[in-house]
Amino acid sequence: MILGVDDDDRVFRALADPTRRFLLDRLFERDGRSLTELESELEMTRFGVMKHLRVLEDAGLVVTRRSGREKLHFLNPVPIRLIHDRWIDKYTERFVSALADLKHELEESA
Amino acid sequence: MTTMTATTMQVYTVFIKASPEQIWDAITKPEFTSRYFHGSNVDSAFVPGAAYKGWSSDRKRLFVDGEVLESDPPRRLSHTWRALWDEELAGEDASRVTWEIEAQDGGFSKLTVVHDQLEAAPKTAAVVAADMGWKIVLDGMKTLLETGEPLGL
Repeated sequence: MILGVDDDDRVFRALADPTRRFLLDRLFERDGRSLTELESELEMTRFGVMKHLRVLEDAGLVVTRRSGREKLHFLNPVPIRLIHDRWIDKYTERFVSALADLKHELEESA
Repeated sequence: MTTMTATTMQVYTVFIKASPEQIWDAITKPEFTSRYFHGSNVDSAFVPGAAYKGWSSDRKRLFVDGEVLESDPPRRLSHTWRALWDEELAGEDASRVTWEIEAQDGGFSKLTVVHDQLEAAPKTAAVVAADMGWKIVLDGMKTLLETGEPLGL
């Protein structure tokens, strides 16, 4: 994983695909799943699923752990939390406060 | 995140621009934990068999109680975990928390937290997986180590 300014890019790119979002949703319901288990829920080749999981892993959204002979996939929600706290909060806050200002002004002038 | 079925093993990873030693300090020193870990003050000798405790800021209430299982600074720390901050959670069995630190290129370190053995602690599992659980703790630690300031919530 290459680190630095493009961490967020990787997360957004990884999320910009319906199959990968589907995989995240399956792991959100219950994580610690093997490739075989995840593959059984998609009409896609094993290789295709592996490729998508790889992108998710590179973005830090999926973490794998070995358990005996199996490789289990876990959802890592931390990168989404980081984007939320550093990025989305900033804009929603301004939007909400703009609405509050507008409400205040309208009520003042009423 | 309330619809999530909390599993008996949870894995969290975060990349932090800090050395493994700095991350070890952030995990093991109360002056750090009090600024990112829900205000709790960690208290332990960090040797196998020693108690692992997390106190409230006035040190009057015990939030977390456990025992150190493994300690290999600055790489790996494992301890048991009983959540005492809530009566319902306090009644559940102890689970296990393992911190793994790996140095990366470019001055980064990878911190992985594995919270497992949650079979007999389903409520604890749900709480640590929720919004105010490990996610916010690790985000807080990253923010503190990288900016010197706690996460403004």
